[in-house]
Amino acid sequence: MSGLIASIIDGVLVGSVYGLAAMGLTLIWGVMDVVNLTHGSMIVAGMFGLYLLTNDLGMAPYATLPVVLVGGFFAGLALYWIAVHRMIGRPPLMSLLSTFSVNLVLIGLGTAVWGTVLFNVPVSFPGFSIGRYTFPGTHILAAALTAALALCLYFFLHRTRLGKAIRAVAGNRGAAELVGIPTTRVLSFAFALGASLAGVSGMLIATLFPFTLLSGDAYQLKSFVVIVLGGLGNPTGALVGGIALGLVEGLVTPFMPVSWTLVIEFGLFVVVLIACPNGLFALRRS
Amino acid sequence: MSGLASTRVGEKRASLLRRPFFWVIALTVAVFALLPWLRNDVELRESLVLAAIYVILASNLNVMLGYAGYINFGSIVFFGLGGYICVYLMAVPHWPLAAAVVAAGVAVSGLAFLFGLGVLRLRGAYFALATIGVNEAVQAFVTNFAPWGGSSGMYLSTGLFKPLGGPMQALWTIYFLLIAIMGISLYLSWGIKVSKFGLGLLAIGQNEDAASVLGVPAPLYKALAYSTTAFLPAMAGGLYYFKGAFIQPTDAFDLTFSTEAIAIVMLGGQGTIAGPAIGAFFYEQLRGWLLTSDTFSNFQLVAAGALLLVIVLFLPGGLMGWLYARWPRVRRVLE
Repeated sequence: MSGLIASIIDGVLVGSVYGLAAMGLTLIWGVMDVVNLTHGSMIVAGMFGLYLLTNDLGMAPYATLPVVLVGGFFAGLALYWIAVHRMIGRPPLMSLLSTFSVNLVLIGLGTAVWGTVLFNVPVSFPGFSIGRYTFPGTHILAAALTAALALCLYFFLHRTRLGKAIRAVAGNRGAAELVGIPTTRVLSFAFALGASLAGVSGMLIATLFPFTLLSGDAYQLKSFVVIVLGGLGNPTGALVGGIALGLVEGLVTPFMPVSWTLVIEFGLFVVVLIACPNGLFALRRS
Repeated sequence: MSGLASTRVGEKRASLLRRPFFWVIALTVAVFALLPWLRNDVELRESLVLAAIYVILASNLNVMLGYAGYINFGSIVFFGLGGYICVYLMAVPHWPLAAAVVAAGVAVSGLAFLFGLGVLRLRGAYFALATIGVNEAVQAFVTNFAPWGGSSGMYLSTGLFKPLGGPMQALWTIYFLLIAIMGISLYLSWGIKVSKFGLGLLAIGQNEDAASVLGVPAPLYKALAYSTTAFLPAMAGGLYYFKGAFIQPTDAFDLTFSTEAIAIVMLGGQGTIAGPAIGAFFYEQLRGWLLTSDTFSNFQLVAAGALLLVIVLFLPGGLMGWLYARWPRVRRVLE
């Protein structure tokens, strides 16, 4: 019994980091109706950011967070102007394809440079134990940093002028433009913010698990599951969705072989999409 | 989706024979079938097998994508499931190839219809996400499904090639069957486009609500299109994996394969029949060239991605859109 509880708690800790990854994706979707398929490569970029900064420059693992945050922001800005800007307002297929092709380029360049071998960044941080069960410190710290970032994002979106502008553009772009909001600048900022969140989540995930250059795909799929659970376009929902996913993983792991969790996750994903496409929490909000 | 308005519905089926495009398809299929056989060129045949698979996947995908405007990111699930069902039926109950391939087509098509009724209630990006989910769920399930060999997949013994006259002869037979399926795919997507059913799909693609109001039974048409376009890819999958005598989940449900199919449809021109076929052929040639070239073999993905980006940004109508705009008469020969 206590094993189950420990598994659930750990699932929730890791799930919140998935939630952070999904927040970037859902923010971009909510603001500009773009499914950002470069999301996976931004997550991987964050992972390699951690690896290169700690391994080659000797930085402390958690000190890389602000660097990844800022780097991800500027990478996102570049991506917006290359792949997304011309697609705003066009059918969703076009932006799916343009971000998909940029993703191919990024992954192709990455595999040419680093190959697809497994990387591991050793991060140690004291955990704490209850009885026979130890919660790794890295998991706790990652969840705490996620919570702090989510809180910052919430306050940014609800309390600052730029954040309110982002929400206004998400609500109605035409109306926002009429009241003098520079929508293009807001869109590029929102995209860059989404990419930056993806990068930071990748950096945090890399402190927990080993990774390869192709890990992005798996985490991108997880992000899709999370944003569907939390409701497309809703950053707060994404965090809750991530925690829900972690909860499912934690609940399932003690009872079944690990490989079955994927079946359950994607089964859940399809069922939730068909049954309540606005997410599990849509009813309560409306 | 411009250029679709010119579709002439209501013309008698027999008059299709008088349109040059009918003979263009027939000639293409004949060249595909005869060229490697007359030259007895196995290397060319293997390259054309891949091109034919791309043509089959792309022209069937095009019915949902180009006509009805639904982005199916998981079209490869039809191909992979068809392969699995066919390989399983041949390996365990020892069905003959023909029966196994047809059974795979029918089974996958039936599944697709049932699934379509549920998944196709979603639109736009929701549908696209759901198709990714379906593919991943099926892959995860098959990876754990012991009767189908789980994650290590299934092998066929080479003895199964014997009824077809030994491996050498069998590979040619499979090749001709695949080319036949390619031809049927092209005629099918053309036939759908000039039918009332196709007109309904095109109307759904332009404005689904307006189409429903005008009496197009949108849910039924979408599910029918989904299941019809599952049939031939499933059969092709059966033949392809029988040819390789090996199937495993990571190959059979590889999402890159379905995104490649989308890229091909875009490259050639969505909503046209010749476009996806030409796009498939060129994509296969380009891929082969990039893979074998000294300079680009490491940058195959980069080149494919950059090419696709340029097309999406600057040529959204694809090759056929560009041709139609330059030489409007092309439309009479290549539809």
